[in-house]
Amino acid sequence: MWTWLVRDVIGWDLLGRLGGGVHFFLYDTVKIFLLLTGLMFLIGLLRASLDLDRARDFLQGRGLFAGLVLAVFLGVVTPFCSCSSIPLFIGFVAGGIPLSITLTFLVASPLVSEIAAIMIGDQFGWNVAAAYVIAGSFIALVIGWVFSRFHLERWVEEMVFATRIGRLRAGGHQPSWRERVDAAVAEARDIFTTVWKWVLAGVAMGAVIHGWLPEDFFATYAGPDNPFAVLVATLAGVPLYVNGAGVVPIAEALWAKGMSLGTVMALTMSAIALSIPQAIMLRRVLKPPLLALFFGSVIVGIVVIGYLFNAIFP
Amino acid sequence: MIIKILGPGCANCHNLEKNTRAALADSGIEATLEQVTDYGEIAGYGVMKTPGLVVDEEVVVSGRVPKPAEIAELLAARA
Repeated sequence: MWTWLVRDVIGWDLLGRLGGGVHFFLYDTVKIFLLLTGLMFLIGLLRASLDLDRARDFLQGRGLFAGLVLAVFLGVVTPFCSCSSIPLFIGFVAGGIPLSITLTFLVASPLVSEIAAIMIGDQFGWNVAAAYVIAGSFIALVIGWVFSRFHLERWVEEMVFATRIGRLRAGGHQPSWRERVDAAVAEARDIFTTVWKWVLAGVAMGAVIHGWLPEDFFATYAGPDNPFAVLVATLAGVPLYVNGAGVVPIAEALWAKGMSLGTVMALTMSAIALSIPQAIMLRRVLKPPLLALFFGSVIVGIVVIGYLFNAIFP
Repeated sequence: MIIKILGPGCANCHNLEKNTRAALADSGIEATLEQVTDYGEIAGYGVMKTPGLVVDEEVVVSGRVPKPAEIAELLAARA
């Protein structure tokens, strides 16, 4: 349909820069919007069914490994924001869940973003999206295990331990399917209203890169031959404060121009997972040494994933 | 009746506040509305998923935004 609109109605040559760019823009945004809305509805349904109190009860007294796995899963399906991550962190730690398990959640949550996974699946293929989720989960698991070897409690703000948590008295309420569907619809709508402008901006940037940068532009500097490319890309992503939905289309365009996949992934992940506002938010519950340790481990994790991807998808 | 909206100020907390105000206006129940934005205090209520709705120190809703009609019912049951 877009081919027809751009080529036949407006009369642009699809191979020309402007025609190709506009075609790419229209086709991409519509596809992304449909995918995001549909899949965010399903994830919203899963989230509405998740009972955090029960998850906490389950975690109490389980072994370290089961705890780490569940923490990673929780982190993957939960968006990373001050409204969900910080109360959950306090609720878990004050509720007696080992700090390393709670930190694993805190690492997995920004490292594997569900919106980014959907966008990567659309733009890079679903095998790459699966590799992204698995690699991110694995890194979070390893970081959590390493953290469990040390006593990090002294670097958590006293406020967290001083909090006396009440049992949730509304906890007996089992959400009905109706309520879950309502919540999921609300979630998909929320995501859409916050994310659409990022998608438009990202795809537009991607279209510009697709249309104007010469073929193999990045192959020389950021191709598979440069061993430092992943490291530089990861650090370059930190000051970028962009939404996952905005950065993936740009990443795809960089990839099409010869940047190797691992380097592109490292840039994407660090742009999403690491940002200054996020550090300020975490500072409320973590003291500076642990905050630095947290950021450092996520950076190391992303660099490892970058090299791994370069090795797997040359 | 004292109603507290628990939430650090995200979109859902504002939606819950809006729906609660609508419920109060529709049902004619008199209540004072307070915002609780402090993380420690929120966790103190046992709420791990914001937003939360607290009526006279009892958590009645957490982790979702109920419609005004449902809030009105919850409030009427405690009036």
